Amino acid sequence: MKVTVTVRRLPNISDPQGTTVARALRDLGHEVAKVRVDKLITLEIEGDDPDAVRAQAEEMCEKLLANPVMEEYEISFQP
Amino acid sequence: MNAAVVVFPGSNCEHDVVHALRVLGAKAELVWHRETDLSDFDGVILPGGFAHGDYLRTGAIARFSPVMKEVTRMANEGAPIIGICNGFQVLCEAGLLPGVLLENQDLKFICRPIHLRVEHSNSVLTRAASEGQVLKIPLNSYEGNYKASDEDFKAIVTNHQIIFRYAEASGEISGSSNPNGSMGAAAGIMNKAGNVAGLMPHPERATDQILGSVDGQVILESFIVSMETAGV
Amino acid sequence: MSDTLYRQLGMTNEEYGSVCDILGRTPSNPELAMYSVMWSEHCSYKSSRKHLGRFPTEAPWVVVGPGENAGVVDLGNGWLAALRIESHNHPSFVEPHQGAATGVGGILRDVFTMGARPIALWDQIRFGSLNDAHNRYLFSGVVSGIAGYGNAVGVPTVGGEVEFDDCYAGNPLVNVMCLGVLKREQLVLGTAGSAGMIAVLLGSATGRDGIGGASVLASASFNEDSGTKRPSVQVGNPFEEKKLIEACLELYERNLCVGVQDLGAAGLSCATSEPAARAGMGMDFDLDTVHVREADMTAAELLMSESQERMMAFVTPDKVTDVLAVANKWEIDASVVGTVKEGGTLRVFHEGALIAEIPAASLTENAPLLDRPSSRPEWLDDLWAMDPPPPTTDVAGDLLRLLDDPSVADPAWIYQQYDHQLFLNTAVGPGSDGSLLRIKGTTKGLAVSTDGNGRLCYLDPRNGSARLVYEAALNVALTGARGLAVVDNLNFGNPEHPYIMWQFIESIEGISLACEALGVPVVGGNVSFYNRTDDQDIHPTPIVGYLGMADPMPTHPPRLNQAEAGMELWAFGPDSENLSGSTYAKVVHQHLGGRPDGADEKMAIAVIDLAATIAEHELSPALHDISDGGIAVAISEICIQSGVGVKTKLLSAPFSEPPHRFLAVLAPERASEVAKLAEERSVPVARLGVFGGDTIELGSASVTLVDGTTTYRSAIPRRMA
Repeated sequence: MKVTVTVRRLPNISDPQGTTVARALRDLGHEVAKVRVDKLITLEIEGDDPDAVRAQAEEMCEKLLANPVMEEYEISFQP
Repeated sequence: MNAAVVVFPGSNCEHDVVHALRVLGAKAELVWHRETDLSDFDGVILPGGFAHGDYLRTGAIARFSPVMKEVTRMANEGAPIIGICNGFQVLCEAGLLPGVLLENQDLKFICRPIHLRVEHSNSVLTRAASEGQVLKIPLNSYEGNYKASDEDFKAIVTNHQIIFRYAEASGEISGSSNPNGSMGAAAGIMNKAGNVAGLMPHPERATDQILGSVDGQVILESFIVSMETAGV
Repeated sequence: MSDTLYRQLGMTNEEYGSVCDILGRTPSNPELAMYSVMWSEHCSYKSSRKHLGRFPTEAPWVVVGPGENAGVVDLGNGWLAALRIESHNHPSFVEPHQGAATGVGGILRDVFTMGARPIALWDQIRFGSLNDAHNRYLFSGVVSGIAGYGNAVGVPTVGGEVEFDDCYAGNPLVNVMCLGVLKREQLVLGTAGSAGMIAVLLGSATGRDGIGGASVLASASFNEDSGTKRPSVQVGNPFEEKKLIEACLELYERNLCVGVQDLGAAGLSCATSEPAARAGMGMDFDLDTVHVREADMTAAELLMSESQERMMAFVTPDKVTDVLAVANKWEIDASVVGTVKEGGTLRVFHEGALIAEIPAASLTENAPLLDRPSSRPEWLDDLWAMDPPPPTTDVAGDLLRLLDDPSVADPAWIYQQYDHQLFLNTAVGPGSDGSLLRIKGTTKGLAVSTDGNGRLCYLDPRNGSARLVYEAALNVALTGARGLAVVDNLNFGNPEHPYIMWQFIESIEGISLACEALGVPVVGGNVSFYNRTDDQDIHPTPIVGYLGMADPMPTHPPRLNQAEAGMELWAFGPDSENLSGSTYAKVVHQHLGGRPDGADEKMAIAVIDLAATIAEHELSPALHDISDGGIAVAISEICIQSGVGVKTKLLSAPFSEPPHRFLAVLAPERASEVAKLAEERSVPVARLGVFGGDTIELGSASVTLVDGTTTYRSAIPRRMA
C-alpha cells in the first residue's frame, strides 16, 4: 500500500529554511505571510490491512523518519 | 583592475578571496548581493560558502539576487566571471554555466587536498597555467558532484568546456582520483566563450606555503590576467 | 498560582522568599520568570561562584578578566585576543545536532559581542562507549551539529579532543572554545552606557525556543522523565549568525554602539538587566516592540525565550538610525526596545501595562550564593590503595589494543567533517597537540590547546587538574608559543553531594596552583553541574583551554608528519612507571584506581620552556606530547603520520603517562645541541632510537607500520560504519 508521510517542524520550533524562502519570495514580488518547508516521504509498504500498514508507518516515524524532539508527522494513504 | 567579490547572505569565503587577490597584487572589493551597479569593476568572483543557506537547492535563491543581473550583463559582454565552490553552484543555477552540482557520490562532506589537471589554458581560470599542469588544491564541499544531461555533456566535451579534471598527483585521471563522482571527472567548467568559469576546489586556500600549497596562485593569476586582457 | 509556579520554574522556597524580600511584595509571573532563569545554576553559578574567586586572574596583559562575556588579553602592537569556553551538555543529550550547533552559536556570540571577529573554534566532546548504538547516535549528531553550524557560519574548527567512557553515557559532554582577534579600538563591553541610551535588539525573531532552557535543562539532572523536557530545544540558524557577525563588526568599526551584549541563556532577562547593572543604571523595556516569530507569546515567555542569533546593542539616540540602517543592509531584523534610565530599576511593559518592576542589579547581585558542604570522599584512600595490575608482556598486542581505542585513535573521522582552513590562518591544524594560527597583518602566531582527563581528576582532583594545565601549556609550547591565558570549563556531577563539591574545590585549587606557577591568568570559564543521570555522576572533568603566542611565528612549525628515515627519536622529561588512571589500565585491565603521579612544578616549567625553545628555533621537524597511551602510542603516532617505521631500545614503561615528557624527532647533526639545551634546564634526556623501515619496533616488541596505521585510522570509522 502507498503511504505518504508529511514531517513538519513542531509549531514552536524555528524553521530557518521557511523564513529564508519567504524572504526570497517577497523579494520576487510575492506577498507571503509565512512559509514552512516540510518533508514529504512516500512509502510502499507490504500488506493490505490499512490498520497494520498504518501501525508500521507510525513505528517508522517514531524510530527514524521524524525526530520527536523537533518534528510531528501525519500519515495518509494514497489511492 | 578591480575585482568584485560578491557577498550573498551566507557566503563565508569572501574575505579569503579578497586577501588572496590582494596578495597577488590585484584590487578587490566586497560587493553585497543587493548591489545593482558593477560598472566600476573589471571582473567578478562568486566565493564559497552557503549563499542563502543553500535552502531549496544550492544556489537556487542566490541566482535571483539583484546583483546577478549585473553579473549576467558583464558575462555577456565578455568580462571575466568566476565561481568558486558555492559560487560555481550559483553560476550553474543562473544558467551562466551548463550543468548542476549534486551531492557527493558517497554522501559525505569532503574536506581535503585533491589534485587538478589543467586541460587547456584558454579560459579565465587557466590562462596563466599550462596544459597538463597538476595543481594541489583543497576541496571542501558536500555538493561537488558535477552532472549535465547527456546532450549538454556531449556539447561540453566537443567545445572543450572542461578546464580542470580531478587527477592523481601524476596527472593521471583514474576512478579513485575522482572524489565526488563528477561526470568526466570535471572539477571546473567554462562557458563556450571561456570568460565565465567555475571550479569546486578552493584556489584561495592554496596561496601560501604555510598553508600547505601555493598552487592556487596560478588559477587566481589567470583571472587577474583575464581582467587586464578584457579591459584592453 | 505564583507559589506553585515558582517550584515549577525550579526555584526553592528560600529563593522565592528572597525575591519577595527584595521587592517588598510577591512577584508577578513575569518577574518570577526573570528571577527563575537568572538565578538558575547555569546563569547564576550559585553553587560555584564562591569558589571561582580562587582563580588567579591578573596579569599586566589582561585587558578584560572574568565577569564579562569573554576574557580579553593584549597581544601587543595594538592587537587583542578574546577567548571563551562554554558547555552545552544537557541540550546535546536531548537533541545532539541542535544542542551542539547552538552551543557553537552561543560561544561565537560571546566572542563577537566583545568587538572581536571570531577566528577559530575547538570542541571537547565526550560520550559513552561506541559499542552502544545510542552513544553512536549522540556522537554522530554532535559532530554533525558542530560541523553544520561551524562550517555554515564560516568559522573554522581547528582542533579539539574526544573521549569515550562509560561515565558519560547518560551525560555526554559538549564543550566549545572560541578565539577572536580585534584591534584595541574595537573593544566593546556589555554595558548599557548611561541614561538615555537606546537598547536595540538585533537578529532573529523571538519565539518559544528553549523556554525554560536555562532553568529547566541545565540546572537539573536527568532521569527517566527526561523525555518530557523536550519542548525546550533551541534551533540554530548559522546563516543568520554570519550576517549578525558582519553587521556587528560594522557597528564596531564605525563606533556606533556604547555597549553590546549577546543573548544566551536567560535571553532578554539577561540582556536587559546585566548591561544595565554593569552601568549602575536601570531601564525601561517594552516587550511589544520585540520582533517576534509567534504572535501570542506571554510576557514570561518573551522574557525567558532563548531564541538564537540575537544581540542587544546600546546606542546613543543620534546613532539609532545608523544602527538600524546597518541592520537593514545586512538583512537582519532590528527593533528599538528600550531606554536606559537613572536609578537602577528595570521596568518591563507588555500590552501597554507595566508587568515587571525590579532592581536590575538584583538579578545578578542578589543571586543566591550557596556554600554547599564539601567533604573528601571516604572511599578515596581505598581507591588509592587499589594499584593497577602490572602490564602484560604482550607489548605489541597491547599497543594495537590502544591504537584501536576510540579515545586514542585517529580522530580524522571527526575533523574531516569540519572546515579547518577557512580564513587562511591555520598553520597547524586538527590532529596535532596544539593548534597554531597566524594573525594576518602581524608577525604573531596564536596557539591553543584544550585538555581534559576525567580519570586522573577522579582519582586525584587537585593534581589531575594541575596536570591538565601543564599538559596544555606543553602542547602550546610544542608549537613554539608561550602562555598568555587560560579558560576553564568545569564539568562536574551533582553539587548537592559533598564529595562532588570537594572534587570541584580541589580541581579549582589544582588549576590555580598550576596557573600561578606558570604565571598565566585565568580570564574566564564556565561551570556545568548536575552532569548526573540516575545514580551515575560523570568523572570530574575540568577542561583547560590554554592560549599562547609566538612572536615571530615560526615559518616551519613542528608537525607530526615530518619524521624521515635516518632521523633520531629522543625523549625529554622524566619517565614514570605509574599506570594509575592510565588509558592502558582502562583498556587492557578495565581498571581505575591507585594514585597517579602528581605534577612537579619545577620540572613542568623546565620541560615547557625546553619545548618552546626547540620549537621557536625550529630545531626539530616533529615534536609530540606523551599522553593517552603513553610513549608507545606517542611514538607510533609519529610513525603513522610520517609513514616511516622506527627502531627503539627497550622502553621500561611503554604505556605509563608521565606528566611532563615529550618526544622530539631530531636530525642527527642537531641532537647534541638539543640535548645540551635539556641539560642546561636539568631536564632528563633519553636517545631512544632511529626512524626507518616499515615496522614500529619498540625494544623487542614489533608492530608493522601497516597494521599500526590501519588499526589507528580505522578505529572510529569502522565503529561508525
